[in-house]
Amino acid sequence: MSKNLRFKSSKILDETYRISFKFNNKTYYGYKGDTLASALLANDVHLVGRSFKYHRPRGIMTAGSEEPNAIIQLHDNTSRTEPNVRATEIEIYEGLVASSQNCWPSVNFDIGGINNILSPVLPAGFYYKTFMWPKNFWEKYEYFIRKSAGLGKSPKEADPDIYEHKYMHCDVLIIGAGISGIIAAKIAAKNGLKTLLVDEKSFLGGSTIYDNSEFSKINNQIVSSWLEKEINEISKLENLEIKTRTSVAAFHGYNFLLARESLTDHLPINQRENKIRQRLLKIRAKKVISATGAIERPLIFDNNDRPGILLSSAIKKYIDLYGVASGENNILFTNNDTAYETAMSMIQRGIKINAIIDNREQVDSKLSYEVEKNNIKIFKGYTVVDTYGYKRINGLSIMELSKDGQKVIGKKIKLICDSLGVSGGWTPAVHLFTQSGGKLKFREDDQVFIPSKYPSDQLCIGSCNGDFSIEEITTNTILSVKKFLNINNTNYKTLEIMTGINRSKRNIWLLPSDKILGKTKSFVDYQNDATAKDIKLALREGFRSIEHVKRYTTTGMGTDQGKLGNMHALGIISETAGTKMGEHGTTTFRPPYTPLTFGTIVGRNVGEFFDITRRTPIHDWHVANNAKFENVGQWKRAWYYPKENENMHQAVQRESKAARECAGILDASTLGKIDIQGTDTSEFLNRVYTNAWSKLAIGKCRYGIMLNEDGMVYDDGVTTRLDENHYIMTTTTGGAANVLGKLEDYLQTEWPELDVYLSSVTDHYATISVCGPHSKKIVSKIFPDLDFSDEKFPHMSFKNAKIGQIKCRVMRISFTGEQSYEINIQSNYGKSVWEKCMEAGKNFDITPYGTETMHLLRAEKGFIIVGQDTDATMTPIDLQMDWIVSKKKYDFIGKRSLYRSDTIKDDRKQLVGLLTENPDEVLEEGAQIVADIKKSPIEMLGHVTSSYYSPNLNKSIALGVVKGGKKMLGQKLIIPMENKNINVTVADPVFLDKEGKRLNAKL
Amino acid sequence: MFLINCPFCGEREQSEFKAGGEAHIERPKQPTELSDDEWAEFLFMRKNIKGIQFERWNHTHGCRKWFNIARDTSNDQIKAVYKMGEKPPVKL
Repeated sequence: MSKNLRFKSSKILDETYRISFKFNNKTYYGYKGDTLASALLANDVHLVGRSFKYHRPRGIMTAGSEEPNAIIQLHDNTSRTEPNVRATEIEIYEGLVASSQNCWPSVNFDIGGINNILSPVLPAGFYYKTFMWPKNFWEKYEYFIRKSAGLGKSPKEADPDIYEHKYMHCDVLIIGAGISGIIAAKIAAKNGLKTLLVDEKSFLGGSTIYDNSEFSKINNQIVSSWLEKEINEISKLENLEIKTRTSVAAFHGYNFLLARESLTDHLPINQRENKIRQRLLKIRAKKVISATGAIERPLIFDNNDRPGILLSSAIKKYIDLYGVASGENNILFTNNDTAYETAMSMIQRGIKINAIIDNREQVDSKLSYEVEKNNIKIFKGYTVVDTYGYKRINGLSIMELSKDGQKVIGKKIKLICDSLGVSGGWTPAVHLFTQSGGKLKFREDDQVFIPSKYPSDQLCIGSCNGDFSIEEITTNTILSVKKFLNINNTNYKTLEIMTGINRSKRNIWLLPSDKILGKTKSFVDYQNDATAKDIKLALREGFRSIEHVKRYTTTGMGTDQGKLGNMHALGIISETAGTKMGEHGTTTFRPPYTPLTFGTIVGRNVGEFFDITRRTPIHDWHVANNAKFENVGQWKRAWYYPKENENMHQAVQRESKAARECAGILDASTLGKIDIQGTDTSEFLNRVYTNAWSKLAIGKCRYGIMLNEDGMVYDDGVTTRLDENHYIMTTTTGGAANVLGKLEDYLQTEWPELDVYLSSVTDHYATISVCGPHSKKIVSKIFPDLDFSDEKFPHMSFKNAKIGQIKCRVMRISFTGEQSYEINIQSNYGKSVWEKCMEAGKNFDITPYGTETMHLLRAEKGFIIVGQDTDATMTPIDLQMDWIVSKKKYDFIGKRSLYRSDTIKDDRKQLVGLLTENPDEVLEEGAQIVADIKKSPIEMLGHVTSSYYSPNLNKSIALGVVKGGKKMLGQKLIIPMENKNINVTVADPVFLDKEGKRLNAKL
Repeated sequence: MFLINCPFCGEREQSEFKAGGEAHIERPKQPTELSDDEWAEFLFMRKNIKGIQFERWNHTHGCRKWFNIARDTSNDQIKAVYKMGEKPPVKL
């Protein structure tokens, strides 16, 4: 039966508020303020998960965000379930349901545990080495490897919670509200600086807030009480904002930081409705002070991963903060004084300590003497060589260390215990500092990396700066913060500090054992099951750089990013390779510091807010008339308008026939429109288009192609001269913004002497295109005063007109090859004019058509679509559009590139028409084009770019690009498909009305 | 994310801007008189140095003006911002 290891309440627990929760389908109880880890420990539950590779039983190891083992699946609801949540960070709430990960059928009996027995044949790089042969078996292996890989389950439904982003600005951002962070916040805020203090925990004060030891005092007060008063004082300061449960995820350049604020994760489920769950803070700070603390190091010895083995500082935290003992028979194992602080906490609460094993031969601080006074056996100069117990530690054996610390000597002593606290000293939490680009230096005397070069206006204080004792922390924090913020007066008079520990430490990265290395399992990375043996193997196999060793052994690659073991990995590498620490580099810490949910990252940008949707002024009509839409850039364009049971093909065939036989109407409002004014406009157009513009008369339109400086087609469209110095340019729908940007670029940087002004008017006008043999009759009804005769209003010309009092522009231009009029009217009248056109066209069977029909009609005419028939490798010559390239003009963008050695080659891919042998066979766009299928490998000559069944020609037509295609007219080529080869003939890309008779056709 | 001091609008966040490649590459006035190699030099060859690099930037979501910056590519520090047509500060 489970025991109750809760012995005493603490200040952060509310004992009147009992909470029930479920872990692995069993109900437990805890108190408000408990973390899932502290509540489980109070119920004597240590075994919470299985390790990734060997499926070894694992327990709670830490009490913070560095936890590698106690990562659990939270919620059983499929939409909210969340994997890899650290039990040490989750505050329990009514309704919490959690379960172990990486085990089947249960954490107590896990079939994958067989990997532990097989571990001698599962060394580092096992998967790389084993599953390479035979090569074609990989797909079979992969199926099984994928099944066993991965931690936890991802939710299968959309996240129902609400998240948001918030920008924050401050003079000083302080990360971490431990003692140094609190001191810094007080100095900054009291001096009038707008200060933001954030901490990942639910309470302020870091580890000092529960340090009740008689041995560390400030001004004769116990440090926790002193700090509590400081916190009370600063919480009243107006220019200080404090955010708890806020974890800084990323520290970018220019003091731009991202933090996640948890708002509802600690609330009972029924109080979360309609509240924002998490907020991503985007913080711009003039100055940043990192007070991120330090993480205690474990020790690396054989079987150092059993449930019941915790960091000594975690044991202390569970006792002092949550009133929970991690066991009834405790042993501490240390190489420094930290464990003695834990021992004092245990002694104060009457928790049994069986022994303390200390690597050091000399242990002589005030604190250690006090511990010894309490009749606790200290094994000095000893090390743990093995531990026992499968699902929970039940004992260990120790041996004496040789003088040089390389071997163990003497007799093995066996001790029993149900909990072991380990302490290997402290590692400054420099993750955020290095993310920002900070450089570290190695401090030999206690073997730590500390900040050395700041890349921006920032400072590290407290233990993340390598100050570990209360005395160093307070003194150095006050001094350096004063200097950093240019402040003379700090409100801190001299502090009188009393401390019971000293800094001595015996650092041995990999503790020796009586067994040979191959027989031990000394875990360096607990989450990924990387052992000291694996690291040494990597070195033997020639890996040297820490980044390579990391990837080969997976050390530090778990969700915890190796917060505990990375230093040992570096230490073992440098010891084995005989190099200096840091010589092979340190691993790179990358954002986020702790994992972020996708919800937080995307914030409100979900669903319809994911991207901007642009709708034309006529959109509602399309919706009401059953249009199907396609996305073109951000635009929603009507794609086709199916009638009754029509499928897409049937609808498009009907629309295409109607446009050529009677009348069609298209919403072309999405085309980019640029209003161009200025006395040099015609010169400007001469420079940006390939053809000549000087002679374009007022009231005339001209089609133009724009190149990049490399000679490749960039965009196309029709430009109309509205007045002497006033033009309107149209661009492709998708290219509008880029074209405007490019033209602006040339005007501002290359040709500032030109008097030309550009303005985007895409959204200002609705554009309605009416085409077909009846089009003239229809527009005549709408503009009864306008002379539409071919003489007065020929193809490629424009007229100002009015509908009622509303001015509009009518252009006679055609993208279908039919007689065609384009009405441009200010957007808000778009829908009513469209409806007018529909009304006027009623007797002529006017048929609305969408983009698919538009594409089909223009393909019949061999008109290109930039971006579909071209990519960034097609010149106008390749497109067989030599006629549009002016030979006379001295220069235009891209001209010089049209006769580079590469662009004049004969065998470039060129646009051609393709006709299938079987006229009913429609090619697939993107299909490869070849000449000889017997050749191996088959030479790819090009591909199909556009392909349709033409109802007007009653055959399949296609455009494609083919190497040297211009000279292949009439030649037979092959389109090899999965199950057949399709024979095609190269044809002229203009399939219909090459002479352009239809533009003026009369009915 | 950088903070860029637009010479027309003042300090704004990088997301408002678009980078436009290396600065001070003038389009040849008489391209037709250049050899393939000379034209290729203008068209393709760009520096990618560790240290101070001169770049064109456009305040796309602001004043739409182009300007130049001098950026240290090793630490992203912007050493100078200056208008089109101006020469980079001599001290760089």
